[in-house]
Amino acid sequence: MIDFNLVPLLPELFLAMAAMGLLIVGVAHGNSVTPVICWACAAALVVASFLLFGMSWEKQIVLNGMFVFDNFAGFMKLLIILGLITTLALSVKYLEQERISRFEYPVLIVLAGIGMMMMVSASNLLALYMGLELQSLSLYVLAAFNRNSLRSAEAGIKYFVLGALSSGMLLFGISLIYGFTGSIDFGVIRGALEGLEAIPFGVTFGLVFILAGLAFKISAVPFHMWTPDVYQGAPTCVTALFAIVPKVAAIGLLMRLLYEPFLPVHDQWMQIIYFVSLGSMVLGAFAAIAQANIKRLLAYSSIGNMGYALIGIVVGTPEGAGAVVLYILIYMVMTAGVFAIVLGMRRDGIAAEDISDLSGLSKTNPIQAYAMAIFMFSMSGIPPLAGFFGKLFIFQAAVSAEFYVLATLGIMTSVVAAYYYLKIIKVMFFDESIEAFDKDIPFARRVVLFVAVAFLLVFVIRPEAIVESAQNAAAVLFT
Amino acid sequence: MIEIGLSHYLTLAALLFTIGVFGIFLNRKNVIVILMSIELMLLAVNINFVAFSAYLNDLTGQVFTMFILTVAAAEAAIGLAILVTFFRNKGSIAVEDISAMRG
Repeated sequence: MIDFNLVPLLPELFLAMAAMGLLIVGVAHGNSVTPVICWACAAALVVASFLLFGMSWEKQIVLNGMFVFDNFAGFMKLLIILGLITTLALSVKYLEQERISRFEYPVLIVLAGIGMMMMVSASNLLALYMGLELQSLSLYVLAAFNRNSLRSAEAGIKYFVLGALSSGMLLFGISLIYGFTGSIDFGVIRGALEGLEAIPFGVTFGLVFILAGLAFKISAVPFHMWTPDVYQGAPTCVTALFAIVPKVAAIGLLMRLLYEPFLPVHDQWMQIIYFVSLGSMVLGAFAAIAQANIKRLLAYSSIGNMGYALIGIVVGTPEGAGAVVLYILIYMVMTAGVFAIVLGMRRDGIAAEDISDLSGLSKTNPIQAYAMAIFMFSMSGIPPLAGFFGKLFIFQAAVSAEFYVLATLGIMTSVVAAYYYLKIIKVMFFDESIEAFDKDIPFARRVVLFVAVAFLLVFVIRPEAIVESAQNAAAVLFT
Repeated sequence: MIEIGLSHYLTLAALLFTIGVFGIFLNRKNVIVILMSIELMLLAVNINFVAFSAYLNDLTGQVFTMFILTVAAAEAAIGLAILVTFFRNKGSIAVEDISAMRG
């Protein structure tokens, strides 16, 4: 029977058409129209989000089990679209300042976005692989986007080689799962695994390879080594993209994979994710202390944050899964805000990237300094900012499922991590002020900054609305 | 005469895959060799898929192989393009020269 209902794919299809169309416009008009294409891509993403809202969010599986659309996929896609729009808004001016304003940039971002949306909707290992590759191939190019910079090219090579290695490991795992369960469909795999009395060695092996491949994508320990170099070398607007969006997609993919097809082998994957999460939290806390470059620091910070998110996945309850979704959402907002400030760190048209460059920001630009202070307090989890609630729900889920070690270590590492977040505040407020940053902050960046600050401050007043929608989104994975 | 069965193919694929992984990490000379190692890993996976496909009498594995071949081609193209930009900046593609950032 041919199942050819394309309605649940409407946002992806629309974005694919828009990307192709805008690529043609770019080729016809050259690089002078880059800002227009950037905003057109942002508009296309807004339209895609309206299409998402207009669709039924009931669970439906189409294209012969390749593609699933449900509440969880819808929610994650909204987050992805939001993150992409934010990065586009942050990028336009920066691209001009760095003289890398080429029209391929927004098109590549949209293509990567389609890949990510495919990832969270995959219901089949083939769809998963194609989505992941579409995302990765676009991101490799973006990392090396500044062709005249040695660091950018180096970031591109490192990201490409390790990304390709991780895809290879993922594929090897997929081939073993296919061989031992006889299918690549999530539902069939689950049925096959439930029917097994003892888990064959091949399945465990395949699972380990798949998890290793995905750990690369979310930059979790021990597969994190590319992160600091790529974050530092890539153009800062691309770093912002790397920090904000692909994590959402990869965590969404990981959750669907572990809670749907691999739920019967919960004991196996739990141990792996447990140690990956532990390692990420510890490394993220301790390795960041010695960093002088703010992009490297944010790289380690993102490794640590993925560790916290993984706690919620290990727990394996709907409560924990909801906490992960909420955590990712808050992490996204905080990171977007921080990058809005980092992108504005320029003196006489040259980007400044060291933490010491922030010295005395409270005197030269108090608004930015206070905004940054709010982001840093939120990242270190100080109430009543939103970052506190993100961690609170994760640890609550961990404690109620009796994962005391993870919860305790999580709290200890977040105290250690608070040291370097607070150090940035100390540098901004108490160090001798140096020359002010350039004043021309574009309107779009101000908007991102304002929305992020407002979200973090206002979240405490009515957390239920967002917490509930995150919980509902995650709950469908368990039905 | 030995009958060549599934396990032989799987062993071959696992060996090729391991050689590919070691090629990436032990190679200290040239980035092109790394690209070849990546290709080797993907081809090892293809052998796995085709062997399982024949064993299970199911076409899915072979379809998957076609997709992997296509993606591998795209991946190689992008890898070489990034390598060209690196060469323009650095004038070298030796692995030991990819070291502007450390820490």
